[in-house]
Amino acid sequence: MVLTLSFYISLALFFLGLLVRMIGWLRVEIGTETGRIGLFTAVFSSLKAVLLTLLSPRIFKIMAVLITEIGLQLPLLKNGFLRWLAHMCMFYGFLLLVLMHALDETVTAALFQDYAATLNPFLFLRNLFGAMVLLGMALACLNRIGRGRKFKATNTNDLVLMILLGLILFSGFLLESVKIFSEPAFDRMAADYMGAEDEDDLEALKVYWSREFHVVFAQPPGSDDLETGRNLHMENCAACHSRPEAAFLSLPLSDRLRPLALWLNRSQADLWLWYFHFGVCFLAMILLPFTKFFHFISVPLSLMLRAADPPAPAPMPHKNPARLALEMDACTHCGVCSEHCSVAPIRRIIPNDHILPSEKLTGVKKLAHGKRLDPDVLESLSQGSFICTECYRCTQRCPSGLSLQTLWQLSKQTLAAKDFPEPHGWVRQYAADQWADRLEQSPADHPLCEDFARHRHVSESPETFSACIQCSICTNVCPVVSAGNGLTPPDMTPQQVMNLLRLNLKDLALGSRMVWDCVTCYLCQEHCPQGIRVTDILYDLRNIATRRLQQVRQLGPETPKTALPVASPPAAVRKNAL
Amino acid sequence: MKYAFFAGCKIPYYLPQAETATRAVLRVLNVELENLEFNCCGYPVRHQNETAAILSAARNMALARQKNCAVLTVCKCCFGQLKFAAHWLAKDQELRDTINSLLAAENLVWEKEIEIKHLLSVLFHDMGPDRLRACVQRPLYGLRVAASYGCHALRPGHVVRFDNPMTPTIFENLVAVTGAEAVDWQRRLECCGHPLFEKNNPLSLHLLDNKIQAARQAGAHLITTACTYCQLQFDNVRHRHPSDQNINLNPPAVLFSQLLGFSFGLEEKDLGLTKNAIDCQKELEKVTKV
Ligand code: SF4
Ligand code: SF4
Ligand code: SF4
Repeated sequence: MVLTLSFYISLALFFLGLLVRMIGWLRVEIGTETGRIGLFTAVFSSLKAVLLTLLSPRIFKIMAVLITEIGLQLPLLKNGFLRWLAHMCMFYGFLLLVLMHALDETVTAALFQDYAATLNPFLFLRNLFGAMVLLGMALACLNRIGRGRKFKATNTNDLVLMILLGLILFSGFLLESVKIFSEPAFDRMAADYMGAEDEDDLEALKVYWSREFHVVFAQPPGSDDLETGRNLHMENCAACHSRPEAAFLSLPLSDRLRPLALWLNRSQADLWLWYFHFGVCFLAMILLPFTKFFHFISVPLSLMLRAADPPAPAPMPHKNPARLALEMDACTHCGVCSEHCSVAPIRRIIPNDHILPSEKLTGVKKLAHGKRLDPDVLESLSQGSFICTECYRCTQRCPSGLSLQTLWQLSKQTLAAKDFPEPHGWVRQYAADQWADRLEQSPADHPLCEDFARHRHVSESPETFSACIQCSICTNVCPVVSAGNGLTPPDMTPQQVMNLLRLNLKDLALGSRMVWDCVTCYLCQEHCPQGIRVTDILYDLRNIATRRLQQVRQLGPETPKTALPVASPPAAVRKNAL
Repeated sequence: MKYAFFAGCKIPYYLPQAETATRAVLRVLNVELENLEFNCCGYPVRHQNETAAILSAARNMALARQKNCAVLTVCKCCFGQLKFAAHWLAKDQELRDTINSLLAAENLVWEKEIEIKHLLSVLFHDMGPDRLRACVQRPLYGLRVAASYGCHALRPGHVVRFDNPMTPTIFENLVAVTGAEAVDWQRRLECCGHPLFEKNNPLSLHLLDNKIQAARQAGAHLITTACTYCQLQFDNVRHRHPSDQNINLNPPAVLFSQLLGFSFGLEEKDLGLTKNAIDCQKELEKVTKV
């Protein structure tokens, strides 16, 4: 009764969670091109799409995907045999446990007439499926530990899933082991099925069961009539009870626990474990929509939707926010994308986890769901996002079929619109002298000159900028300076930038439009009669500015945006000038 | 010599025809290509962090070295970045040690002898014009082509050592192989503007327009590029932003691998000419339909 009630409550909560999750998809906003869609439109258009697809030949493609990508999980196989094996073990082990064991009364009993949980092959199969899940989990953990050395491979979601799964499995095996030697269980069974009229018979059965079925009795059976015991067993028990050896994992565990058997039997451990086992299973069911378990639902959906897309060649990737939201929920944090990411090595120098697609996605998801993110997090997410080169590799690799390429394109738009564009964008906020003012006010942990000393092209070494003779050849060949045609010319020329460096007005150079509008064509550098590496110097200035100006970007009240007039001499010589 | 094909980041999604056309041309020339999983060349991140950019480049070179291959790039910016990294790695012991210690975790080492080649150098120096000419089945007589060099392969000259940085000739000579005429045009050595695309669009598009105008004034039927970014700028970007700046769609742009492949008589499925946003086929057909 309690059991049925809690099952239905859990089921209701599960569906409620599912609903909440799905409504959440409609609230997602990503990119600046598409807005949210209303509930009605969403439901209507999805129904229409489903109908159209069911009636079109694409249905065959979906069936094929169902078999190859969901059934055989071929996308995982592409990423390594062990990874595939681990997931197949977990997936099928768990699925079969749910169908044949958890739902035995509805599924297994309907399929097999003389089903009994304690009968072979069911006893054996339960152990086998459990062992499969355990093996899969062990392989997955090893894989994660191995990858953990390279990058952050595991997050809380992964842990929660592993812990829940582990608890279900562990309590299940423990329950079975304790039941094997449980005297109370024996007594219940004997009362129910033998109706023990005769005290001697019962003792005989006890002898048989303690020898052959590993039951531990508080009072050693007062008989050694094994023969009678066996006959009684054959008569009353054998139809429902196979030998415990078939429980090839639970029996060894039970034997290990034997020294504690009397105590465990006395404290009714089998009952408590039974409650516990059902408890975690229900808990997992309730939490399913909000944990990684959800990928059980979202990944197949994502893959099938992709299969239903109109076929190439016209790969117009979809930009449907609700579907992108579903896809983001289908990320299993498997890390395949990060393993193959084209910019992943950069993280060894710029230690930002958001460079890795699998980690970036967590942030992008929050962004799309409109969660509030700290400026620090946004800053880091923006850096990671704009370092991504949209190389498409993660999209091609993702076993869950996420449209990562589209997600990256759109999340960059969102970030830029939220005032977190790439450095080229936000440096434009202030004019060079305003940046210099900000730098002066900033509580920096080290002086600017240290940054310059660390950069090869702008250090104080004589071969950097000091030989500049201000001939202005660099300026004359620069296509940016001569762009004209109604465009605002840069605030200073390359030659003036070199002069600022020579005058030690380096802070004035960092935010200069010339520095940030340089197209890196290297014409100046090639033409400089003094061999000054002008372009490389401008690169270094951007390197320094990216970090230094970043720190003072959010500083103090907004100063009005004014641009320095063209070719004006640097603002008043500052305190830190020579 | 074996080459490892370095596609770079933009080609797989934004310019797949660059890869198919290059592979097809090299197949005709019996060049074997090794396929390695390279990472980004580092060029895009160089604005932010030079060391990160050099590490990226070094890892690619080390991967190629492990397989005893030269790196073959089809992008001037990838090429320039790999060369830039190699230059400073060779010059600066401390930098080399830092980078190699970071690569050591994967059993990779950067060493000086790794060769980096641009497709044009492979075609011109390793194959030679005669060998190319022998493969031409559809000469492009009468076609006037403006060859756009791409900054990062030319300059800084002593770092990249691609051709004479002031008066290069390699690209025009290669265009001549196809039977087409390489026009002399102003701004052939200038920037296409793509480095500022989505960073400062008015400026980026203005530089683009300057180049297009110069090519048009020289009477070119087509602009040819041998760089991923130049091609994206001349084709996709120009196509997407025509009204912004009154940018003219003539002359269209074609990748040199496509142009050469076309003269070799290769098929559309390899050349991917229809994948170009601005139609360049009509110009090619005009001269071959006689
Ligand atoms: S598209 Fe971006 S995130 Fe994905 S692999 Fe390429 S660089 Fe990495
Ligand atoms: S060309 Fe060289 S020497 Fe002349 S102003 Fe520019 S950097 Fe200085
Ligand atoms: S590299 Fe930059 S500063 Fe030098 S000429 Fe080109 S655009 Fe001007």
